[in-house]
Amino acid sequence: MTHTTQTGPAIVTRGLTRHFTSHKQTVEAVQGLDLEIGQGELVAFLGPNGAGKSTTLRMLTTLIPPTSGTASVAGHDVVSGQRDVRRAIGFVGQGNGAGHRQLGRDELISQGRAHGLSRADARHRAAELVEDLDLDAVADRKVSTLSGGQRRRLDIAMGLVHLPRVLFLDEPSTGLDPQNRINLQELIQRLHAESGSTVVLTTHYLEEADALAGRVIVVDHGRMIADDTAARLKSRLGDLVRLGFDSATEAARAAARLSRVPDARVDVTVASVDLRVKDGSTLVGGLLADLAADGVPPTRVEVARPTLDDVFLDLTGRSLRETQQSPTDEADTDSARTESEVAA
Amino acid sequence: MSTFVNDTVNVMSRELKPVWREPMAVVFAMIQPLVFLGLFAPLLPEMATGSALQWFVPGIVAMTALMGASFTGANLMEEMQSGSHERQLVSPLGRPALLVGRALKEVVPMLMQVAIIVAVVTPFSFDLHLPGVLVAALVLSLFSIGVGALSFALALASKGQDWMFWTIQQTLLFPTLLTAGVLLPVDGAPRWLEVVSMLNPMTYVVDATRALFAGAWPADVVLQGVAGAAVVAALGLVVGVRAMRRSS
Ligand SMILES: Nc1ncnc2c1ncn2[C@@H]1O[C@H](COP(=O)(O)OP(=O)(O)OP(=O)(O)O)[C@@H](O)[C@H]1O
Ligand SMILES: [Mg+2]
Repeated sequence: MTHTTQTGPAIVTRGLTRHFTSHKQTVEAVQGLDLEIGQGELVAFLGPNGAGKSTTLRMLTTLIPPTSGTASVAGHDVVSGQRDVRRAIGFVGQGNGAGHRQLGRDELISQGRAHGLSRADARHRAAELVEDLDLDAVADRKVSTLSGGQRRRLDIAMGLVHLPRVLFLDEPSTGLDPQNRINLQELIQRLHAESGSTVVLTTHYLEEADALAGRVIVVDHGRMIADDTAARLKSRLGDLVRLGFDSATEAARAAARLSRVPDARVDVTVASVDLRVKDGSTLVGGLLADLAADGVPPTRVEVARPTLDDVFLDLTGRSLRETQQSPTDEADTDSARTESEVAA
Repeated sequence: MSTFVNDTVNVMSRELKPVWREPMAVVFAMIQPLVFLGLFAPLLPEMATGSALQWFVPGIVAMTALMGASFTGANLMEEMQSGSHERQLVSPLGRPALLVGRALKEVVPMLMQVAIIVAVVTPFSFDLHLPGVLVAALVLSLFSIGVGALSFALALASKGQDWMFWTIQQTLLFPTLLTAGVLLPVDGAPRWLEVVSMLNPMTYVVDATRALFAGAWPADVVLQGVAGAAVVAALGLVVGVRAMRRSS
């Protein structure tokens, strides 16, 4: 099944803005978002807690009206064409879509029926999804007895029941183990390839955005701060090669030598040297041999792929830690979570 | 229109699934009225007009309907917190159907509870007048739909804040029961209490239920009962649908 009926972009927003007022304080959750997403694109919204990712998705899925600006999804305005938008989209929210007192399979069937599938088609589709998401063992159990990851997979299945033209996924991989993260990536890519659906998802992980999406939109404080491919964002940043030495003197000598590596940034902290360079993981072998030959063999080596924190530092000149401490940020309680997620 | 009917059936059958699967939950939900029945019945004085149980049971039945339906918003509140309410709001299901389907479902556990109470008391000094009981069940169905809809509206207005829902529900519950004359007759009460009782639509539902359970068919009492239940149903559905339309 492919979606050929509609022409033009899948999602268009113009000055899309949403404010919340609580306790006499106004939070500008989304500020003047201008966006165009073509049909069949796979796009990731990347940003820290409180950046406005969910709020944007909630506006695009008709759950909340914009404070100002406009948005259309699948050719329908999210305010005046709510019903048509809802028919065209699938939405996997940050919470659990399946009712806790229900059976998983029943929820899949009832969701299919809500989208106009016949009873037989809904059953058939539910069975397919149960298999695709590896839910055979738990689909006929009460949802409240499922593990967090099983429930998450059921939520994702619910969003796919009607092969939506535009699929929104809010942090789809939360709570999934590494194997199921990979399964999810394969599933989303397969759905995308087979049905030509447009997919918009949110994530905290640059790696995940890279694995899933062709296009990454980085958001911070309700504003878009970058719109690029994950590969380009990453290569702009490079990998981090961290080398440990026996003494500060050795580290200083090594740093002097490493500063000759082209397009690299070198930082020394006591007995360790940080080298930020494109393709660091492939360069590191040669670098180690070089340093050993020079009489300053590192005692410890770490190579890290760029993270959301690095993207932030690069784009805004401040790290997420500083972001969280700024007085304009309301989400104090979230800061601990951000740091641990970014570190993960 | 047919979309509305389809959507309503979808919502209602989803809500009923846990009821069919765990019917014991329906029994547990009526523990309180059963305790009232067990504790009060032996204390009731003999009445000139017949057995005390004959007077008391219809009140307990109405109380069960009120309690069951007024608790039901808690289920919606749970779905608001978990995210499954949000999932349904994004589906093509119409807002009115999301409310009406839920409210209509209230009839089923209520009828199960009425059947249980009648079965429990019939071996004692309670005369079963089946046609009357069936008509009373219809009146109570209308009443349950209205109370259920109001309970959902309260859940939506509380925006998932448990304490607000329970405080308001508990504050309203017992005054409603008492002024409707469920546990004690209101006749001969102070004037202000009589006025409150007259303004309480449940009073008429209870009076009609008593008459019908006794096998009597006083047209005015029965019609007033239907009217009282219809007022609650209409009010509940209007307020509930409004609240559902505003929900996000
Ligand atoms: N209903 C609301 N009332 C008040 N403030 C809100 C509401 N919803 C969101 N906000 C605020 O808007 C900002 C953006 O929130 P949003 O949920 O969109 O962030 P997010 O990017 O999805 O974050 P996370 O990664 O934690 O899910 C936050 O500061 C949040 O506190
Ligand atoms: Mg979010």
